[in-house]
Amino acid sequence: MKKLFFGLLFIAAALQSCKTDPDPNEKNTLTLSFLNKVGTQEVVLGQESYQNAVGETYGVTTYNYFISNISLKKSDGTTYTVPQDSSYFLIKETNPASKKVTLRGIPTGSYTELSFMIGVDSLRNTMDISRRTGVLDPGDATHDGDGMYWSWNSGYIFLKLEGTSPQVAADAAGNRKYRYHIGGFGGYNAKTFNNLRTVKLPLGSIAATVGPDQQPVIEVVSDISKIFNGTQKVSLAQYPTVMFADYSSTIANNYAAMFSIGGVKD
Amino acid sequence: MALFGWAACSKSTPPPDPTTPTTETLEMPQPSYFPSVVYDLKSNPLTYDGFQLGRSLFYDGLLSRNGTIACGTCHQQAVAFTHHGHDLSHGIDDKIGMRNAPPIQNMAWSKEFFWDGGVHQLDLFPIAPIENPVEMDEKLPNVLQKLRDSKNPNYPELFKKAFGTTDITTERFTKALSQFMVFLVSNNSRYDLYLRGTTNALTATEKEGLALFKQKCATCHAGELFTDQSFRNNGLDNSRSSDQGRFRITQNPDDLFKFKVPSLRNVGYTSPYMHDGRFSTLEQVLNHYATNVQKTATLDPALQTNGQLGISMTDDEKAKIIAFLKTLSDEQFVKDYRFADPGFGKAF
Repeated sequence: MKKLFFGLLFIAAALQSCKTDPDPNEKNTLTLSFLNKVGTQEVVLGQESYQNAVGETYGVTTYNYFISNISLKKSDGTTYTVPQDSSYFLIKETNPASKKVTLRGIPTGSYTELSFMIGVDSLRNTMDISRRTGVLDPGDATHDGDGMYWSWNSGYIFLKLEGTSPQVAADAAGNRKYRYHIGGFGGYNAKTFNNLRTVKLPLGSIAATVGPDQQPVIEVVSDISKIFNGTQKVSLAQYPTVMFADYSSTIANNYAAMFSIGGVKD
Repeated sequence: MALFGWAACSKSTPPPDPTTPTTETLEMPQPSYFPSVVYDLKSNPLTYDGFQLGRSLFYDGLLSRNGTIACGTCHQQAVAFTHHGHDLSHGIDDKIGMRNAPPIQNMAWSKEFFWDGGVHQLDLFPIAPIENPVEMDEKLPNVLQKLRDSKNPNYPELFKKAFGTTDITTERFTKALSQFMVFLVSNNSRYDLYLRGTTNALTATEKEGLALFKQKCATCHAGELFTDQSFRNNGLDNSRSSDQGRFRITQNPDDLFKFKVPSLRNVGYTSPYMHDGRFSTLEQVLNHYATNVQKTATLDPALQTNGQLGISMTDDEKAKIIAFLKTLSDEQFVKDYRFADPGFGKAF
């Protein structure tokens, strides 16, 4: 009985001392709404009707990418960085829910620039399995079939783009497919290429104002055509498969410039 | 009482979890003459139930797409957890793998895994053979689901014993396998007896072989694990193979045709030899080093000293070195019933 009494007293004390002031930003949210396009049109999966700069026709069947390490810059120059553990998102064109990224607990203020990394940073790529949860969990069901993790050369695939093109030579099964799986965080203990790219997007004249009654939505556009038509023009016939090889850095350089702000809705 | 309150709110001292299992902890053998352990045992404390769960998983064909291939299929205890008689292993649907299955032993001391070092952490390792289309050809999320649904053995209960609740997560799954693999320590060969002071554990010939080995082989097969864990091109004829070794991982041309220096512990059991199993006897291996080393751009400097390719050895020296190498066979390790197939699952 005495034990029970002390036990209850202990719990009461514990509860009492845990009362803290509520986080004033608790209810503040900011949403990133990803819109995947080819040129000016929203991408339609399976439709082989797009053209790249070297004159090849192509369609898109799979389009996934990781976004991480999100930060927001205020008009006064200060920056808010989303806590790292809550800053990994896998955008999948086939999954509409994945394209709406809601960030919670954003401090009240007016934000003028959005920044994020395309891919998964090198540190997280080398962390213990216990730190790889949610979309980073290779055993998570959302990975099934999309495999955004290389198990044989441990590291995440940052961006996966697959599709068809009549200009690509047919494989053994008669399919004319191209497959771009771009990753490479720089290597764990031997240096290799680093395809991590950070994107900074000024929001333009309209700031995203966050507050208890203001929950803005920033539309972030990715233009798939820029993966082929960047500083370097990519030929699908010449490079139908780009995975863990030096040429992947050309693709990464191109996609580093594919994001833009579609608009800000308060 | 204020102190109590502080303690309850401090993140560094969480209240004891009533579901924490009261399982027995296991102590991994750590021979004093081995280097320091690489695997973070604090992040995955070894327990009796965790080890037994890992052992069940290791021998269970459930990990493969159609239930036919377990880890233990290509890693058989009797031959120091290699695939006896197979140059390249055959996995699911008898598909042929890319390389020779290396032994599973002394894993806690390994800095990297695979012949090319593609995985740097043991807990991340099992995902690769599971998802390799010519090994188990399964997806990790499916494996976890099959484990959750499994009645015989009752995996949710085994996970509860090992980790406190019936939740089956990637972390628990791979850490249980790590517990089993980390515990596979081979340190009871005759050579170990000799190291620990039983001077007559080796014959005079074997001792001569040891001295020759230190002189001719220990640059790469260094220390008591008999590997410096580096990646080297050992002069194999690579004209017939498309396997580029470590280059596959780093894309660095300097790494072309380099493979990890394997440990030689239990080398008497682990035939065939080399990353592609091209040599079936130790005599063939030593003949390669003595007379067949091929000069290529990335050939290891240690195999081309004084303008000469390979390692000079007489037939008598080769025989003595081989006699010594066989003293690294750890009979206790390959017969230890604690490491054996527990009797369910489908390890063929």
